[in-house]
Amino acid sequence: MNTAADINTLQRGDIAVIVAVDRGARDPAGAQRLHEMGFDEGVDIEVLHRAPLGGDPLAVRVGNMTVALRKSLAALVEVVPQSAA
Amino acid sequence: MNAVTPPPVAAQRPRLVALVGNPNAGKTSLFNALTGSRQKVGNYPGVTVERKAGRLALPNGETVELLDLPGTYSLTPRSPDEAVTRDVVLGTAAHERRPDVIVAVIDATNLRNHLRFVLELRRLGLSMVVALNMADLAERDGTRIDTKELSTILGMAVIPTVAVRRRGLAELAAAVAPLLGASTTVHAAPPAADIRLLQREAGAIAKAVSVESGGAKRWSQRLDALTLHPVAGPLLLAALLFLMFQGVFTLAEAPMEALSGGVAWLQGLATAALPDGWLRSLLVDGVLGGVGAVVVFLPQILILFLFILILEQSGYMVRAAFLMDRLMARVGLNGRAFIPLISSFACAIPGIMATRTIDAPKDRLTTILIAPLMTCSARLPVYAIIIAAFIPSTQVGGVFNLQGLVLFALYGFGVGGALLAAWVLRRTVTKGPTPTFLMEMPKYQWPAPRDIGIGLWQRAWAFLARAGTIILASTVVLWALASWPNPPAGATRPALEYSIAGKIGAGLEPLFRPIGFNKEIALALVPGMAAREVAVSALGTVYSLQGSEDELAAPLVDKLRAAWSLPTALAFLAWYVFAPQCISTLAVTRRETNGWKWPAFMFGYLFAMAYAGAGITYWAARWLLG
Repeated sequence: MNTAADINTLQRGDIAVIVAVDRGARDPAGAQRLHEMGFDEGVDIEVLHRAPLGGDPLAVRVGNMTVALRKSLAALVEVVPQSAA
Repeated sequence: MNAVTPPPVAAQRPRLVALVGNPNAGKTSLFNALTGSRQKVGNYPGVTVERKAGRLALPNGETVELLDLPGTYSLTPRSPDEAVTRDVVLGTAAHERRPDVIVAVIDATNLRNHLRFVLELRRLGLSMVVALNMADLAERDGTRIDTKELSTILGMAVIPTVAVRRRGLAELAAAVAPLLGASTTVHAAPPAADIRLLQREAGAIAKAVSVESGGAKRWSQRLDALTLHPVAGPLLLAALLFLMFQGVFTLAEAPMEALSGGVAWLQGLATAALPDGWLRSLLVDGVLGGVGAVVVFLPQILILFLFILILEQSGYMVRAAFLMDRLMARVGLNGRAFIPLISSFACAIPGIMATRTIDAPKDRLTTILIAPLMTCSARLPVYAIIIAAFIPSTQVGGVFNLQGLVLFALYGFGVGGALLAAWVLRRTVTKGPTPTFLMEMPKYQWPAPRDIGIGLWQRAWAFLARAGTIILASTVVLWALASWPNPPAGATRPALEYSIAGKIGAGLEPLFRPIGFNKEIALALVPGMAAREVAVSALGTVYSLQGSEDELAAPLVDKLRAAWSLPTALAFLAWYVFAPQCISTLAVTRRETNGWKWPAFMFGYLFAMAYAGAGITYWAARWLLG
């Protein structure tokens, strides 16, 4: 399976590769901030934790960094799962 | 250094070297290691962004001013402190000269992302040196970085440093020295680069200069499995906070007794040395009684700050923000607000200043408005004395001390009140778009004793400076108000009732009588506005000037116990949970919000909450206690 999905569809421990950040240019400011935190096409990403009660916010590993963000912002990040564990 | 000829630049202002870097790059640790305790913390005029500067002696004999600029991820600022960094490095800051050299501090374990910022800074054309910090952690993680190659690619010196172990400091200073005279082509403000291009260039450089051998890594992630666990995480956070508040009470006991013994000894000394009269009264009752009552709480304040500094520097505070984000979202805030709010437990002023890292204006305003509801350390003296006087020190359930539990509950009421206030404010006066939450989670680190020590010293100094100025002044004024005029000859009532202070208290009393406050309390609330802890010294002054000779000797605790009913004491505690905050907090709020509107609003709503809280407590306690 090679279809892009947003990171909210990933389970804990899944590793994926980012294919687009804010493809539709819905939130340029949000996209800029994600880039500052190391989000970019081709970077690997892993969902590490989801907060109790609804899984929002979530903590992800992006490259060598761990970043906490809310689902709404995470929805801007499109990924392709790398290893279907 | 040559002892005969002084360095040629000694007469002029020293040249400026600025530390710039992403948050969590270890910039402040490096700054502390380079400057030691020779730091000056001030404020940039107009904005409450701290200006931290120190002196650094270079190997060529020149001494430069080293500036620690606020951490930022890019030169596109989103908050006031990031704007300061941008303005300073661009040379457009009104109150700062442009740095002669910038030292870009980068985290060796996160090369790709930090190099992106270095590339952005390089475009400015300033003389630059890279401090490749946390070089030891990169090695432990199994990453070897070719610094020579990195230096060649970037076209600037790259010095590996380990700030917490003071490694690479001399080399860094040696690399800065030759750049000071160098002529550079400075670009005023280059057009903003496409961040993605910089990101990719940085990624390519990082790949070219590092060799990963995949050593033992990621113990941070293993620790996160516990601290961010859906069940264990929040329990751990609650336990840490509880431990913090129990610690504040139990650990501070011995040093506080020593301090109050010292104050009593000084009072005895002054009493013996001076003849009876106004000077002795001023010194013993006014200055020593008033300031002494406050300084005694220094150990508690320091212990609280110690906990906060450890939580911050270990990297745990961001995890706490993550855990709290859900709850904060419910009341319309975000997890980022948790950090300023936790700082507000020490003092609302640094807390309110820390809100400058919150980018959404409405979000920031709400956080500022509720920050004073976090029980600051200045309220500890008030709580401590009332708890000591009215709550028995019994064991509950074998482990907990009842006094500690009551204190914990008071903090809890403050937090509950703050959440409620935020919820209401976000739906009324600070209505606006839902903020988002995006934060880097730094690696866990052992807090460096030096960094903790410097942080504690700066806070202790700020507290003592307050005790020496605002508190001393208001104590002396209050002592004067409470001492004059003298009672008429043949007066039968306590002398205080005839003084100006007595008249003010009597005037305010009708306002406060419905919530169970007596005249002495009404009187203490007035100077309590200058700084909350002054309320204690005010009570101390009021009650030590009141009674007979025998009563003067009895400690304040016993006097309060004799003068107040339990419902009054509880109402007084409730008042201070919500109490309209001190003048300094209002002043900081005015500066942060650019006007008197919000501080006035803050004062009004907190007064209403405090009045209602104290009233409900008083009447409920009376009804329950029969």
